[in-house]
Amino acid sequence: MTEQLIEAKNLTKRYNGTAVVNGISFSVARGEIFGLLGPNGAGKTTTILMLLGLSDISDGQARVVGHDPVREPLAVKRRVGYLPDQVGFYDNLSAADNMRYMGRLIGLPAAERERRIAKALDHVGLAEVANRRVATFSRGMRQRLGLAEILMKEAQIAILDEPTSGLDPQATLELLDIIRGLKQHGVSVLVSSHLLDRVQSVCDRVALFNRGRIVLMGSVSELGRQVLGGATYVDIEAEGKGLADQLAAVPGVRSVETPRANCFHLLTERDVRPEVAAAVVAAGGRLMRLSVQEPSLETIYTRYFETATKEGARHAA
Amino acid sequence: MQREGSPWQGLGVVTLKELSDHLTSWRMFVLEWLVAITAVVSVYGAIQQIRDSTAEDPFLLLRLFTRGTPLPFVALLSFLVPLVSIGLGFDLVNSEHNQRTLSRVLSQPIYRDALLFGKFLAGLATMAISLLALWLLLIGVGLVTLGVPPSGEEVGRALVFLLVTIAYAGVWLALSLLLSILFRSAATAALAALGLWLFLTILWPLMMPLVASLVAPSTDDVLALLDTQLALGRISPSALFNEIAAVILDPSLRSTQQSMFAQMGLMLLERGAVPGAPIPLLQSLLVVWGQFVGLIAGTILLFVAGYVVFQRQEVRA
Repeated sequence: MTEQLIEAKNLTKRYNGTAVVNGISFSVARGEIFGLLGPNGAGKTTTILMLLGLSDISDGQARVVGHDPVREPLAVKRRVGYLPDQVGFYDNLSAADNMRYMGRLIGLPAAERERRIAKALDHVGLAEVANRRVATFSRGMRQRLGLAEILMKEAQIAILDEPTSGLDPQATLELLDIIRGLKQHGVSVLVSSHLLDRVQSVCDRVALFNRGRIVLMGSVSELGRQVLGGATYVDIEAEGKGLADQLAAVPGVRSVETPRANCFHLLTERDVRPEVAAAVVAAGGRLMRLSVQEPSLETIYTRYFETATKEGARHAA
Repeated sequence: MQREGSPWQGLGVVTLKELSDHLTSWRMFVLEWLVAITAVVSVYGAIQQIRDSTAEDPFLLLRLFTRGTPLPFVALLSFLVPLVSIGLGFDLVNSEHNQRTLSRVLSQPIYRDALLFGKFLAGLATMAISLLALWLLLIGVGLVTLGVPPSGEEVGRALVFLLVTIAYAGVWLALSLLLSILFRSAATAALAALGLWLFLTILWPLMMPLVASLVAPSTDDVLALLDTQLALGRISPSALFNEIAAVILDPSLRSTQQSMFAQMGLMLLERGAVPGAPIPLLQSLLVVWGQFVGLIAGTILLFVAGYVVFQRQEVRA
């Protein structure tokens, strides 16, 4: 069994009797990228703050790198790097000076500190602006500077809260690359986000949050099987008369939607592309495009909540 | 429950960083010049007055502090020291919130204790450095213009006065630190601090006769009424500072009430005492020891209040 760097058991946080995080359990192995996904206010940041020992735990236990964040916060914080949501820096100081302050707080000796700062800034591509005041930095540069700090700390766990929010596509890609680099160095990464698709690409496993609970957990393909029941989506563009009925008659097709003319959206039990193509041609239609959709987190998430709401309605009735 | 590690870890780092922030800030530059210029004006007034009236005064150096038109140096300090302290302290903690640096700093291996205490120490050190410079300047100007070397007794009294002034600065610094923790907006904290300062230094003494007559058991006993009035007045740190300064800088005063009674045409006489004869420094200290302890106790109380609130505050914005 691989070593678990983060273990949360039945973690709960209450504010004035209301549970914001309600009995969640999960674990993150060494070198794993774990995503905490869910809408704003679902309890992701609160969970992170509890793991860091920055917020009291109302109930349950957490172990981070083998330490209890409540009793041994310093031991935890020495080994964990944290990039907060909308990270802030001392605007009047330069990028390097901001890092020097953190390096001193960590307790690095001067020579080692300078070496690590230079290396980390180089790694995130900020070496040229090291002596510029942070006030002039763009959002993407600030996020990268925050990651440089985690690199300088040589942390075993990197906790990133909404690292991609507010970034342009190019900056997002660069950031995700750095996160993958962390994994290669054996760092476990806990990343929270409400932007499902961006994060899907880097996460080994994800946990979907809703109202303080983890509603789904596993790798993206596992979740797909779990929620969609192994169903696949097939998209077709074709011209022809009465195609919708023909397509619905193909064995294995559960439903047909027609979002616009000559465009069909099939929910099928397996990959039925050959049969569908044959059916279109047999009906005398012209097949323009035929593709199968990988299940995206977005689909899984929406689908899950559709079902959950329907079931809730049934229980209420 | 025992916490692991020392609460002082990182204290030195935080103190040095805050100190360098203070000493290089424009705000400090403006405040220092404000104080220095007004000090020069008041000392110039004092020197004029001393030159006109000097006879065989054994305490010429001390007169530099207490004489002068329109405002003696002591009165000026009692008014300006709170202003500078508030200027340094009103945004110490809430700026960390507003710059979103708090969670990043606290995710380093330090406790909140170190951050808060470091900020207070740096503020106090800044005040001590400025006041020491001012004090040396004043004595230097005094030596050059008056041309009389001060006695050991005078230097001792001036030194004690410097310490008292630093303690007085501490009270206001602790107050503004508390307000910077309570109010998330720096402007609100600054206004609240200035409001309290005006209330305690100007309005409270004016309200004293009214409040005392309401509180005192009987209004027939004039002395008891005066005592109540005096006791209530000492809620204001400025009142404490003025009492201490008066006794420390004037060896002929044997009681803090002496000058008040003198204004009413009464004279306080001890058996066997020669009126107006100087008493040694140690005796003067004993007279105002209570007031001095009061200043320090006030500082500690305000700091502890801020500490308790800060420990319970949520990190997230």
